[in-house]
Amino acid sequence: MDGTLRTGTGDPIPAGRTVGRSPGRLAWMRLRRDRTALVSAAVLVLFVLVALAAPLIEAAYGIGPHDQFQRRLDGFGMPLGHAGGVSGEHFFGLEPGLGRDIFIRLVYGLRTSFFVACTAAVLSTLIGAALGGLAGYLGGWLDAVVSWLTDLTLAMPFLIVALALTPTLALRFYGQRDEVPPSFGVGVLIAIFAVFGWTSTARLVRGQVIALREREFVAAARASGAGLGHLLVRQLLPNTWAPILVSFSFAVPQFVTGEAALSFIGVGLTEPTPSFGRMIYQSLDYLQTDPAFVLFPGGTLVALVFAFNLFGDALRDALDPRSAR
Amino acid sequence: MLRFLLKRALGAVLTLFTVSVLTFGMFFALPRDPVSGMCPKNCDPQRLERVRQELGLRDPLVDQYANYLKGIVAGRDLGGAQGGRCDAPCLGWSYVNNEAVTDTLARVLPVTVSIVVPAAIGWLLLGVGLGMVSALRPGSWWDRAAIGFSLTGASVPLYVVGAVLLLVFVYTLRWLPVPAYTPLATDPLRWAGGLVLAWCSLAFLYSAIYARLFRAQLLETLSEDFVRTARAKGLSNTRVYGKHALRAAIAPVVTVAGLDVGAALGGTVITETTFGLPGLGRAAVDAVRAGDLPMIMATVLVAAVFVVLANLLVDLLYAAIDPRVRLG
Repeated sequence: MDGTLRTGTGDPIPAGRTVGRSPGRLAWMRLRRDRTALVSAAVLVLFVLVALAAPLIEAAYGIGPHDQFQRRLDGFGMPLGHAGGVSGEHFFGLEPGLGRDIFIRLVYGLRTSFFVACTAAVLSTLIGAALGGLAGYLGGWLDAVVSWLTDLTLAMPFLIVALALTPTLALRFYGQRDEVPPSFGVGVLIAIFAVFGWTSTARLVRGQVIALREREFVAAARASGAGLGHLLVRQLLPNTWAPILVSFSFAVPQFVTGEAALSFIGVGLTEPTPSFGRMIYQSLDYLQTDPAFVLFPGGTLVALVFAFNLFGDALRDALDPRSAR
Repeated sequence: MLRFLLKRALGAVLTLFTVSVLTFGMFFALPRDPVSGMCPKNCDPQRLERVRQELGLRDPLVDQYANYLKGIVAGRDLGGAQGGRCDAPCLGWSYVNNEAVTDTLARVLPVTVSIVVPAAIGWLLLGVGLGMVSALRPGSWWDRAAIGFSLTGASVPLYVVGAVLLLVFVYTLRWLPVPAYTPLATDPLRWAGGLVLAWCSLAFLYSAIYARLFRAQLLETLSEDFVRTARAKGLSNTRVYGKHALRAAIAPVVTVAGLDVGAALGGTVITETTFGLPGLGRAAVDAVRAGDLPMIMATVLVAAVFVVLANLLVDLLYAAIDPRVRLG
C-alpha cells in the first residue's frame, strides 16, 4: 500500500477531489475488471457477429446452407475422409445422407437460435416484470391471481404442451396441405417461450417490489400524487433493473437450449431452417458411424451456452456488491 | 396447519382443473379431426364416423368435457370398440395403442420412475456434497473445481451429454449395453445396466444446479447471526454446520428439488428420446406424433398432477426442515 486512498475497485482516489459514481457505473467498472466476464463477453460478441454476418460468411465461404455435396459421400451416404469429411473446403465436414456443409448450417443455426432466444427473452422479461411489478405493488387479489397463474404455468408440462400445440396451431392457421412458412414456426416458438418463460422474472420482481413499496421514496412519490405508471416505471423499475438484467441474461441461454430441445424432439424449427437441436437429433443415428457429426453442433451449442452462463454470473457479481467471489 | 393444508389442497385441485380445461380446450376445440389421424390413409368413412360417435366427438364440447371428468371420478361406459366398461380413473381409450389409456400409463410410468428416482438421489447427494465442499472452503481449489463443474453442467444440454456417454461407454468401450428398460423385479442388474447412463446424465446436469444453489445458500447462512450464536455457545464445527447451518440452507434446495422431481416424473422427454427408453415422455411424444388425443390429454394431466403434488409436499417439508417457517 502506498498510502493513497483507493475505491472498492482499487482505483486510487485523487487527493482533494471526490468522484461521484452511480451504481451503474460502479457495476460497469467491476465488470470490466473481471477477466471471466471479459473473455465470455468477447466470445458472445464473436457469436453475435457470426450470426449477424451469416450471409457475408456464406459469400466468403462459397457454400450455402442448402447446398448438397453428394459426390463427397460414399455409397452408404457417409462422408468420405477423416472426422466426417473435414477438409479445407468443408471446415466441419458434411452431414451424412444429404451431404450438406455442417459449418455453414451451424452459422445459420446460430442466427435462428439468437433471434428466437433474444426475442423470447425480451418478451418474457417484459411480461414478467410488468406482472410481477403490478402484483407486488398492488397486492390483494391481483397478487393472488398472478401467483396462481405462476403455479398454473409451472404445472403445465412445457415440452409436451409445446410439442402438442405447435402442429395444432399450424393446422389452425394453415390447411392440411398448405405449406407452412418457416417464419410461422419461429413465431410459434417465440410465443410459447414467452408464455411459459415469464414466471421466474415475475417472482423475482414481485419480491423486490414488495420489499421496496414501503420505502420512504415510494411513499413520498405517492404522497405527491404520482400515478401508478409513474410509480412503477420511474420509481420502482430503476431499483429493480439489476435483477431483471441478470434474469434476462440467464433467460437467453435457457431459450437457446429450449429451442434446441424442442427441435430435438421434432417440433420447433422444421426443415429446411438450420437448427442446433435438429442437427444433434439427426446425428444420434450416426453416433457409431460418424461421431464427428454430433460433436460439432454439440460443441458449438455448449460453448455458446457456457459463455452466456459465465457472463450472467459475472454480471450478477458486478451488479450485487454483496455477492463475493 | 389444517387451514393451510385445506387452502393449499383446494388451490391444487383448482390448478389441476384449469390445466384439464385448458388442455381439453387446446386439443379438442381446435379444428383438427382427431379421428383421421388415428387410422391409416385408406380407412373407410363408415368406420371413421362410428369412431367419431363412440368418442362422442359429435356431442357439444361441454358435454364431452363433463363426460371426461365423470370418467376420471367415477368411470364410465365406452363403446364396444373401446373395450366397454372403463373404471375410474378412466382417461379414455387410445385408438392408436388399442387399449385403455390407463393401461398404457401403467406400462410407461414405471420406466420414468425408474429413471427419475435413482437419478434424483444421485443429483441431490452430488449437488449438496459439492456445494458444501465449496462453501466450507470458499476460494480454494475445491471450490473452483466445483464451480467449474457446476457451470459446465448448467451449460451442457442433456442430449449432448447423453450422446457423448453413449458414444464412449456403449459404442466405443462397449462396457454397457445399449440402453433399454428391464423391470427391476425381473433382473435388477440389467435394470441398472440399461438405465445407468440416463441416471448419470440427469445427475450431472441437475447436481450442477444444486451445487450452485446450495453453495450460495450455505455461504449466506454461515454469515447469519444464529450461526455466530451457535459458535459463541462453544458448539463444535460439526454441530454448527450439521445441526444449524445445514438445516437452514437446505430448505431452498428442497423446494427446487421437489419441483424438479415432480416435473421429471411427468416425463423426462429429452432423456427418454436420447436413450430410446419407453417412458411417459416418450409416450407423450408418440401420442403427439400420432394425434392420439386421449393419450395427449392424459400425459399432460399426469405431469400436472406430479408437479402440483410436489408443490404441496414441498410446502409441508419446508416447515418441517426450517424451524423459522410457520405455516399460516
